[in-house]
This record gives sequence, structure tokens and C-alpha cells, in this order.
Amino acid sequence: MPVTTIAGRDIHVDDEGFLAAYNEWDPDLAKQLAAQIGIELTDAHFKAIDFLRADYATQGETATLRRVSTLGGIPTKELFTLFPKKPAKKMAYIAGLPKPHGCV
Amino acid sequence: MRRLLVLGAGTAGTMVVNKLRRRLDRPDWRITVVEPSDTHYYQPGYLFLPFGAYGPRQVVKPTAPLIADGVELVRGEVDRVATAENRVLLSDGRSLPYDYLVIATGVTPRPDQTPGMLDGGRWRRSIFDFYTYDGALALRDALDRFDGGRLVVHITDLPIKCPVAPLEFAFLADAYFRRRGMRDRVELVYATPLPGAFTKPIASARLGSMLDDRKITVEPDFLVERIDGTTLVSYDEREIPFDLLVTVPLNMGADYVARSGLGNELNLVPVDRHTLLAKGHDTIFALGDANDIPTSKAGSVAHFSVEVFTGNFLAHVAGRPMTGSFDGHANCFVESGDGRALLVDFNYDTEPLPGSYPVPALGPFRLLEDAAVNHWGKLAFRWMYWNVLLPGRPIPLPAHMSMAGKHIPKPEE
Repeated sequence: MPVTTIAGRDIHVDDEGFLAAYNEWDPDLAKQLAAQIGIELTDAHFKAIDFLRADYATQGETATLRRVSTLGGIPTKELFTLFPKKPAKKMAYIAGLPKPHGCV
Repeated sequence: MRRLLVLGAGTAGTMVVNKLRRRLDRPDWRITVVEPSDTHYYQPGYLFLPFGAYGPRQVVKPTAPLIADGVELVRGEVDRVATAENRVLLSDGRSLPYDYLVIATGVTPRPDQTPGMLDGGRWRRSIFDFYTYDGALALRDALDRFDGGRLVVHITDLPIKCPVAPLEFAFLADAYFRRRGMRDRVELVYATPLPGAFTKPIASARLGSMLDDRKITVEPDFLVERIDGTTLVSYDEREIPFDLLVTVPLNMGADYVARSGLGNELNLVPVDRHTLLAKGHDTIFALGDANDIPTSKAGSVAHFSVEVFTGNFLAHVAGRPMTGSFDGHANCFVESGDGRALLVDFNYDTEPLPGSYPVPALGPFRLLEDAAVNHWGKLAFRWMYWNVLLPGRPIPLPAHMSMAGKHIPKPEE
């Protein structure tokens, strides 16, 4: 598994740069990851990311946008504003969770 | 006498009652299945209806003869599950007690969940689905009348039943219009909320060009917010106009699941992904499309998981631990047009890989490869479904995914 150095720390990532270990994440790392894809994190971003992290801890799967809007209370429209174009993928990347995927 | 109550006589529900009737002693166990419809549909056949390749005869059979003797078939609609009382209430007021409950009511396309889809005045006029019997037949007539323009194949959101079917539809539409000599007058667009038509690395690398080759334009990361007349509008204000829309509406579990407090945000029942026991309940299982396991919603998953479930259930009701563990095994034939198909085989942990898939007598099939043998496999499967799978007869395929015949390509392949 590739190892990369972000914010002076060694981090395990997959081939596309998504974090591979849940526990290597913290909010400072999130800021660095966000900066790499051109996003400056605000409280509104963290509300979504915190929901994703907590949901993953109990479900073992990265939450869908629908789940973030229904259970996390953040409208889908807002998620597209906060994480433009690819909110599901960008949120997962910043939250240090596996990328959402299809079957093939 | 103990009672097993199964909700839904679709693919999973029918297999479960037929298998368990043979395994549970009749004097000790009463088995009841509740189903509102008197018709069983072969859902994989819906894909072929719009192109006239199948007719109703291939797809429809009466429900009752498919249910084993000794299983009580109750026609009715579930109102809710009263979990505290171990009882299911039907909408006509009947009340059915249970010792063990299996929820197998699947998912349903819900065009009402996207503004402008059902209520925009164009439903089944220029907006069609093909995951329902009526929808597939209506689409057949619409395709017949279609004289050119932009046809958009569209997925509202995931998860959906048979996630490769929209892709198959696009491939079959391409072949269909070529056959009719009008392909140059049809623009084919594939709009998906996923980052692409293929998302797994090996499948993408090997199959990604299938869309380019057929001049099918992909609109990735497109999550529809609403339909304005004949335009799909996404949450980030992208627009895709269409002349004919073939959409896969949002798939949701049954509303009674939500009313009973058993569902997630899509009315799917959260379960343990290896035993399919509903989380927080010791006497309720959810099988087939009705649960939330992270694999495809497909008949093959229903079948493989029911195999594992059957052994587990017998252990569970005898007070023994459930030792069987479902691995998320799925396999799907993917029609690519012109009498050819792909086959994919995967589970929770292993993405679709190339190689061969051994099947006694019929196979081997070619994995992740466009081949005529796979198409014949898909057609042969219909016979298997009615005559082997639904009756719950043993099938010579292992329930767990096997690496036999598969290989992991090196990066340069």
C-alpha cells in the first residue's frame, strides 16, 4: 500500500490517494487534503465531514449524498456548493474514507 | 408449532420458502408467505421487452404454482410490522403472528421522488422506465415510434436493482437503432451519478472504450434534482435535454418498512452483511434487494445469500451460532448488443476480474470479455430461473465467490 507524506506525517493511501486507515485522519489533515483539491474548509464543510466520519464508524460504508442530506440534515444542493462537481468523492477524500463506487 | 412468516414472494422470498419447506419439519413449522400480486415476473427479462426480443410469455407466470406445497400463500398488502408483538398487520385488517420474520419485499422504482418525472405530464409519453413490466412494454411502443433525436439513458441515484442494466440498455439501443438503419439519427447519452460508466479500476481499463466505440456520450457525476419539461437538471445546474428519456427512478424499499421503524433513508433494512439478520433484532432477517448490504441488488445475490441463509437459519432456530458467512457474491451477464455479452463475478472484497468462469455443462464463460457464449448463458439462465432457482433446487454453483479461473492483471495489461 502506498505511503505518502502530508503535513509532515506518513499516511497510508490507496492508488487514487484516498486514505486507507480510518485512524490516521484528524481535522488538520482534512485541511491539507482539502487544500490539495482547492477547497478551504469552513464550519459548514466540517459539519458534513463530521457526519461522514461518525456514520462510517457505525456503518462501515461511506455515506451517500442522500444519507448526508436525510440524516445529516445538509441539503444536497448545499453539498454541491461546498464540494463542487463531485461532492460524494470530494467529501470522502477529505474525510479520509473510501471512495464511493459502483459494481463494475 | 412455530411460524416462519416471509413478506414478499419475489425472487428471494420464493426461494426461501421453497428451500425451507424441505428443511423444516411440517409438524413443527408453519410457513406463510405474504404477497400482493398474483403474478411473478422474471425481472431480468424486462431488459429485452423494449426491443421485442422477449414477449410477455417469457416474463410472466402465476405466483401460486411457484410456491411449494405446504407453504401458505396469503394475498395481501403489508401495513406494518409490530416488532414488539411479533406480528404483521395487513392493510385489510388481518394480523399474522410470527416467531421468525423474513423481509423480502425488495425495492421499487419511485418516479414520484424526482420533481417533474411523474408529475411533469410526460411520464410514459417521453419519459419511460424499464424496470417495471408496464414500463418496459410502454417503452417498446415508444422505441418503435421513435424516429430519431436524443435518447438519454439515466440513473437517478444508487443503489438500484441490477446496476449494469442501464448500461446494457444503452448497448442494446445502439444495436437496435443500427439494425433499423437509423443509428446516425439517434444521439445516445448515458447520464450517471457515478464518476463514469465503469468505476472499478480493472473493469474501467478493459471496458471503458465500449462506450466510445458505440458513440455513446457519458455524462458522469450527474445527480438529477428535477426534470423541467424535457430537460434533466442536476443539483449543480447542469442540463441535459432529451427527446426520449429512459430513466431508472430512485429505488426504495417498501413504505411499510419505514412505518415499522425498520428502514434506513431509502427504506432498506440495515442487516449484518454476513448473516442478513436485521440489526437490533434477533428474529427478523432481510433478504434480497430489501436489505442494505453493499453489493449489487440482483437475483444472483439473492440466490447466493439465500444459500448461506438457509443453513444459518436452521442453526439459529436451534439455538446454535450462525456459522455461514455471506461474502457479497454477485455475478451478472452484461448484454453488449449483437448477440454478445460480458460476465462479471465479484464480492464484497474482490472487484470484477478477467479470466474464465467454470460452470458444469454450460461454461466456461469468459469474464470481463465480450463473447457470444456469455449471451447464450444469459438466455439459458431464464430456464434455470423458473425451473431450478425458484423451486429451490440445488444448483451446481458455489455460493461463495471463487478465484478459480480468475487472474489479476499486471499494471501493463
